Formats: sequence, C-alpha cells, structure tokens
Amino acid sequence: MSQSKPTQLNAEQIKKFYQDMLLIRRFEERSGQLYGRGLIGGFCHLYIGQEAIVVAMTSLQNPQDTVITAYRDHGHMLACGMDPRRVMAELTGRRDGYSAGKGGSMHMFSREKNFFGGHGIVGAQVPIGTGMALAHQYKEDGGVCLTYFGDGASNQGQVYEAYNMASLWNLPVLYIIENNQYSMGTALHRHASGDGLWKRGAGFGIEGAQVNGMDIREVLTAGKNAIEYVREKNRPFILEIDTYRYRGHSMSDPALYRTKEEVSEYKDTNDPIINLKKYAFDKKLVTEDDFKKIDDHVKKEIQETIKFAEESPEPDLSELWTDVLIENDRGAQ
Amino acid sequence: MTMIPIRDALRDAMAEEMRRDGDVFVMGEEVAEYQGAYKVTRDLLQEFGPKRVIDTPITEHGFAGLGVGAAFMGLKPIVEFMTFNFGMQAIDQIINSAAKTLYMSGGQMGCPIVFRGPNGAASRVGAQHSQCFASWYAHCPGLKVVSPYDGPSSKGLLKAAIRDPNPVIFLENELIYGLEFEVPDDPDFVLPLGKAEVVREGTDVTITAFSRMVGLALEAAEKLKEKNISVEVIDLRTLAPLDTQTILNSFKKTNRLVNVEEGWAYAGIGSEISSLIMEQGFDDMDAPVERVAAAAVPLPYAYNLEQAALPQIDDIIKAVEKVTYRQS
Repeated sequence: MSQSKPTQLNAEQIKKFYQDMLLIRRFEERSGQLYGRGLIGGFCHLYIGQEAIVVAMTSLQNPQDTVITAYRDHGHMLACGMDPRRVMAELTGRRDGYSAGKGGSMHMFSREKNFFGGHGIVGAQVPIGTGMALAHQYKEDGGVCLTYFGDGASNQGQVYEAYNMASLWNLPVLYIIENNQYSMGTALHRHASGDGLWKRGAGFGIEGAQVNGMDIREVLTAGKNAIEYVREKNRPFILEIDTYRYRGHSMSDPALYRTKEEVSEYKDTNDPIINLKKYAFDKKLVTEDDFKKIDDHVKKEIQETIKFAEESPEPDLSELWTDVLIENDRGAQ
Repeated sequence: MTMIPIRDALRDAMAEEMRRDGDVFVMGEEVAEYQGAYKVTRDLLQEFGPKRVIDTPITEHGFAGLGVGAAFMGLKPIVEFMTFNFGMQAIDQIINSAAKTLYMSGGQMGCPIVFRGPNGAASRVGAQHSQCFASWYAHCPGLKVVSPYDGPSSKGLLKAAIRDPNPVIFLENELIYGLEFEVPDDPDFVLPLGKAEVVREGTDVTITAFSRMVGLALEAAEKLKEKNISVEVIDLRTLAPLDTQTILNSFKKTNRLVNVEEGWAYAGIGSEISSLIMEQGFDDMDAPVERVAAAAVPLPYAYNLEQAALPQIDDIIKAVEKVTYRQS
C-alpha cells in the first residue's frame, strides 16, 4: 500500500482527539498509582505511549463495527465510550465494575459499546475476532471486526490459522498489530524473524500496511484506508502500527531490558500527545488556553473516576456463584 | 418412531435445529462436501448450503476460536471435531474463552456453542486417537458436558445442547454410530440436560456409566441376572452438571455402586461419583465403590493389548461380584 499523507485536522477534531488521548493517559497514570497503593491487584498493563492508535481507529468505526483486544485494554475501553468510572471500579475489584469485580484489568466487556474484551491469553483474541467477522458476514450487517493484537502475539500459531480462514472466506476483519517493540521483555528483533509483521499475511493473500503510531494523523490516514478496504472489498487486512509503551510490560516489570535513553527518545521527542499539540500550534488552530481547558476537564473527570472506584463497595459474596452458567436452561424446556 | 442408527439421530437433531433457528450453523473438518468423516453431517450441505455448513481447514485451535467469536456475537455454532483427540489442540479456546468469559464479563458474554464429535477409543487407532476427555471437560466450571449412549438420547440431548445458551461439550462414540434404535420423529422431542436415566431397574447393585459403556453395562447386567444379581443401570447422559439425585436414589435402594468409564480412573468421573457416595450416601453404603476404567497407559495398538487396556464386560461382572461379596 502506498504511503499517504497525514490527515489534516480542524480545531474541533484536534481538541476531541487530544481529549480522548489525554483521558487515557491520565487514567493510566492514576491506575499505576492506585496499583502502587494496593487498590489494584494482579496484572495491570498500561497503555501509555500507544494512545494515538486506539483513539484514531475508534474514530473511524461505524456503529455496527466490533472491537476485540488482548489485556492491554484500558485505552480501548475508554476510546469506545465505556464509562471510565466503571472501568476503574473493575480495576479496583468493586461491584460497579464492568464485570462486577469478577474480571479485573484484563477482562472487561461491553455489549452496548460492541467491545468484546479484554482477553488474557496472548493471541487467543485473534481467532475470536475472526469469528466475530464471520458473524458480521453471516448476519450481513456490514460490520467490520477490529481485532487488535501485539507484536508478541504475532508469533502465535493461532494467528496464522485465523489469517488462513479469514482470507479463504473473505471475512471483514481488520487485524491491527500494535507493535510496541517488545513481546513482554523480548525486543522485536529477538522474537520476530523476517521483515515487517504486516507482511506476514502475504502467504495467505492478505494485504497489509505499516504506519507510524506516534502521530495520530498518520494513523488516521492509514486506518481509514484499511477499514475502507475491508468494508468495500470484503477482505481481511493487516495494519501494523508502530508504537512504544513507556511503562513496563505490566506493573511488576521494571523494564531493565531497555535503556532509559530509548524510552526518553520517544517520550521527549515522539510522543503522540505532544505531536498533536505541536501540529495544532504550527497550524495556529488551537491555543494553549484551549488545551488548558481540556486538561482541567480531564483532570476533573479522572478525580471523579478515582473517587467512584474507591467508594464503590466490594462485590457481594453471593456474586461468587453467579454467571458461571446461564441458568434458564432452554434445553430443559 | 423410526429405526435409525445413532449417526442419523445426531444428524436429524442438527437438521431439525437448523430448520428451527437460522442462527445455528455447523463447522468442522469434512463436514460439508465429504458429508462428515463419519457421515454424521450427511446431506446437511445439500439442505442448508455452504453458508451454514462450513468445511474448515485442519486447524482445530483456529476454528474453535472462530466458533467462540461467532457465538459471542449471538450465532449458535455447532463445531465438530473429527475426534475430541484433535480437539485437544483447541482446548485453550474451549476453556479459557468459551467457558470462562460469561463469568469474567459479569454475565454479559454468553457463548451458545456446541463442540461435538467422537470421544474415546475407536478400534486399534493407537494412543493419540483414543483418549476419553470426559473428566477433563467435566472438571471445568462454565461448561456443560453431555455424553449419550442410545439413539433417542443422542437426538434429544443434542437438540437440547444446541438450544442451550451455554457452551456444551457433546461427546459421542465412533464405535456405536452404527447402532440402531427406535428414535422419535417429532421435531419437538428434546431431552433435558442434567438428567440421568435409569435404563434398567435392579435391586442389588447400581452401575453408573455413559456413552458406549452403558451398552457394556447392560450386557453385563443381563449376564449377572443368570447369577441372581439384580443390577440397576444408570445412563448418566450429562456429566456436568451431574444428576446426583438419580444416582443417590438408586444407591439408597442398592447400597452398592460400580462406575464404568472408558477413560482413566485417576481423577475420573468414577472418582467423582465415589466422592458423591462418600459425602452424601455414606449411611447407605454396604461396600466400597468400584471403578471400572481403562488401564493407566497410553492405549496400545495390538488387539490383545487394546482389549486388555479397555473396560470389558467381564471386568464389570467382576466388579459387581466384588461389591456384592460374591467374588470367589
């Protein structure tokens, strides 16, 4: 696929994208803090650095489109419009959480927002997303399934099983590889052979493209092309989006496998939020004051989110036994 | 009622449910143009077309995952494994995705899917094609596990499994696909999941069994009658949730129990029933529960070794004689 120019944005778009990215960043920063205070347990994978991807891609979706991802999922949930308070309440294991406190960071869902999780087994969401695309095709609803996974998942066998069937059956699935350069702690060049994860569909006849994920305008252009390709051609497509996560793999990872300089280079010179601001200033589209208003708004929203998640009670103990099976056994009728 | 083989009873169950509900479809290896590796999906392609009868590549983990995704979206896939031995490739999708997601989502994400196909030993196909997975799946919360024996229950339970809103593991047996039974034609004939059936009444010993082993148990019971031992045989039908009440009611009467299963004894269905008797039937117990099961070895190929490894009628007779203290 040929390189396209970054999408031009107007002031309203800039402000919207800035706010959506900032909400994710602040949410994740506070998640890290709450984890440190012991209010969030278990595994917690932060999305900081990767915000442009999900914010751009979500803005390109049609209402009937569906989304599935792995465990670095907080950003996807906020982007698709799930209530940050209830996402945070799930992180703190409270009854108002999206899974009533039974899923946690890695396992949240919203049928209302067409968000299908939140999956903890690396790569398992890829066949599932492909099956969701099969359902779009079966129901003829015109929907596309946006199936997100990482560079690490790209080495799982089931990803290629899914590619094969998606291509054979012309399924409307957009595979979005969020290549954050590390499969947990193993650098890309140490875990992935060949050149370009986006090219790995070629043997199955699946086209792909690669784009810089640190500039939301580039993601918007490539994402739009990709999603239109899937919808119009009824074919799968692989979009590799190169990005970088600033924090460790999870909260328990001090990230000793990479240098501070490497992290700083992204944070200081290639940050997606700073890049968008820079574009706005260069074009004289949004003022410092406008951004400040958004900062304040987000700050307030996050404060309310934390308060809600801290005050929501723990699940009732009776919740332990619910939702194992759907009880109205239609088979018994 | 029509006299048909079990494979046709299963086929009719799928065809009837596909006529009834447009969201039901079948996918698996060789299910369409080949008409099913064991002809269980015969003529489905002709009636329902390739959209609803989907030949997959040999890619169990992948297509099991696709089925789960389609089920999350509200479709009702029937995923056929050519054998559950191949389904082991897909077990992550079955357990981690299909069985657990309802719970992990606080009840939002139902997964109405059936995984079906032959389970256990066929005939001299060696260790990798001969395993019984009943206890593996029955162990996991979030799944229903069904393993029928005769024609009517194969049909009625498969229809129930397809209508059930939960993921259901439906374990068939290749060796009995050709056995013929009178099977109801009524498209509304459905049997409840979670109910066992007393298929032979008796007073001295209860035998619990499922799938092909029910047939062996019935034959053993007939031979034991000649020895004046009256055997009650329970076809468990559903292994999860287990119909504990039917087992306990029978045990209250017979006070002795033998479980027969084709899988290994260790942590098997028989172990579970043994625990049930100890926990809830202790006061009725006149003899320790006996477990007739496969030898704890990978199943051998040679005819005599294979026979020695799998439960036989004589093994059941010996176990019954043991719990009735008639063993010489």
